[in-house]
Amino acid sequence: MNLIRPIASPGRPAAATLGLVDVDIHPRVRDLSEFRPFLSEAAWHRLVTYGIHARHGFHKGYPFPKAAPLACRRDAWPPGGGPPASDLPFLREQLLDRYDMDIGVLNPLQPSGQGDVNDGLSVALARAVNEWQVEHWLRHEDRLRGSIVVPYEDGAASVEEIRRWAGDPRFCQVLLMSRTSEPLGRQRYWPIWQAAAEAGLPVGIHAFGYSGHAMTNGGWPSFYVEEVQEHATSAQAQVSSMVIEGIFERFPSLRVIMIECGFAWMPSLGWRLDATWKRLRDEVPHLRRAPSEYLREHVFVSTQPIEEPDRPEHLLDTIEWIGWDRILFASDYPHWDFDDPRLAIPSTIPEAKRALIYGGNARHLYRR
Amino acid sequence: MARHVVAPVAEIPPGGRKVVEADGKRIIIFNLSGEFFALLDRCPHQGGPLSGGILCGLTQSDAPGTYRFSRAGEFIRCPWHQWEFDIRTGKSWFDPRRTKVRPFPAAVATGAELAEGPYVAETFPVLVEDAYVVLEA
Ligand code: FES
Repeated sequence: MNLIRPIASPGRPAAATLGLVDVDIHPRVRDLSEFRPFLSEAAWHRLVTYGIHARHGFHKGYPFPKAAPLACRRDAWPPGGGPPASDLPFLREQLLDRYDMDIGVLNPLQPSGQGDVNDGLSVALARAVNEWQVEHWLRHEDRLRGSIVVPYEDGAASVEEIRRWAGDPRFCQVLLMSRTSEPLGRQRYWPIWQAAAEAGLPVGIHAFGYSGHAMTNGGWPSFYVEEVQEHATSAQAQVSSMVIEGIFERFPSLRVIMIECGFAWMPSLGWRLDATWKRLRDEVPHLRRAPSEYLREHVFVSTQPIEEPDRPEHLLDTIEWIGWDRILFASDYPHWDFDDPRLAIPSTIPEAKRALIYGGNARHLYRR
Repeated sequence: MARHVVAPVAEIPPGGRKVVEADGKRIIIFNLSGEFFALLDRCPHQGGPLSGGILCGLTQSDAPGTYRFSRAGEFIRCPWHQWEFDIRTGKSWFDPRRTKVRPFPAAVATGAELAEGPYVAETFPVLVEDAYVVLEA
C-alpha cells in the first residue's frame, strides 16, 4: 500500500469538442546561459555584467511578493532541477499530456528583455528569446506555438523581429506586455501594429511589465492583491488608447488578445466610451463607428483568471456582451494562479459555448 | 473502511508528513506535535495536490495594523491557488462549511495492539515493541 501511483491523467474536459488550446503558457530559461548561443559576445557580456533592469525602482526583484517562489505552483518545479516550465518533458507531463491539449501557446515573460531600460539589450534579448523558443521548445514539440517577443519600446527593431518570424508557422502571435512607456495607441507603436497586420498575426498583450510609471493612477499600491487588480485598469487604458487613436481604422485586420487581464471590465468600458463619443465625436472624427464596435470586433480576451461573480448568470451576461467567439481558454501554467481546464470554466456556460472557449475560438483566431 | 498501518511513528516526526495510498486514494498523514491527522491529497477547489503545499499558521487581524499569528504549522496551503486548510478538520478558512478536504481518522497504535488484526498487510515488519500510525480509509 505504500506504493504511490502517480496522479492519474484526467484528460481534456468533455466539453472540449472543438479541441483544447491553452493560450497562456510561460516557458522559462533554466538559467541565462541558455540564451548565450543566441547573443553576440557584446550582448552576452552586457547581460552578465550589468544585468536586466526593468524601468522601475526595484532592480533586484519583484515590487510585490508573488504568493509563491517565482509566482509558480509549488508542484511545478521539475524533479530534475531548474525553475518551473524550464523542462519540456515535465511540461508535457504536467500540462500537455495531462489535459490532452492540442495546442499550447508560449508567452515568455522575464527574462525576455521586454521594457528593459537598455534599448540595445532589450533588442538583443528579444531576438534571443525567439531563437530560444525555436531551439528549446518548438523544434521538439509540435503541440507548442511560439510568440514573437518584440522589444516594443523600439518600433523599428520590433518590426524587424516580426518580419524575421512572420513566415514561420510555429509562431502564432506577436507578444507585448500591458504596461508600456506610452499608451499603445500612440504613434511610436504604429509600426508594430502595421507589421503584425501585414503578417496576419494577432498581437497578444499580456498583463504585467514594468514601464517606469507607477502601476496605478494614484501611485504605487502596498499589496500584491492590488497589483493583480491593476491588470484590468492597464488593459482598459491600452484598449481605449488603441480604439480612440484609430488604430483599428488604420489597420482593419488587426486583432489583439488581452491575456490575463480579466474581461468583465469590457462591457462597462464600451458603454462609457460610447456615451462620451456621442457627445465629443468631433474630437475624434477619424472614428467612423462607436468605440464599442471596435472593441467587439478587434479585442479578444483570455479566461484565466476568470471573474467569479456570486451569481453565475452575471458571468454569462458579461461574455454575451463581449461575444462568445472572443474568449479563449488560458491556464497560465506554471504560475500559482493556474487554471485547471476541467474545473475553471463554469458548467453554467452552455456546452457548445464552452467548446468555443476551450478551442474553437483559438483555432479560428490563430489559424496556425 | 479498512484500517491501514501506514508507517512506524518514528518515520513521521512532528511537523512532518507522508503521502500514502490506501483504498485507491492518495492520503497525506500529518504529525502535529505528536497527534496524527490524515487528509485526502486533493484540493476541493480545483484539485491541486495538497501534498505539494507548504505548512503555515493562521494570520489574523482584529483591526488594521494589528496582526496575530497562531497555530504555526497547523494549516496546509494548496500549492496552486494558496487556499488554507486546517489540518485538524480539513476545513478551508474561507468556506469552512462547504469547502473542505476529506479528513480520515488516524491514530497511533502499538505493535502489540496491532498483532490482533484485522489490518491491511504492510510492506514493513510490525514489531510488538514499536508504535505505528494507523489510518482508517
Ligand atoms: S486547487 Fe487548491 S486552491 Fe485551487
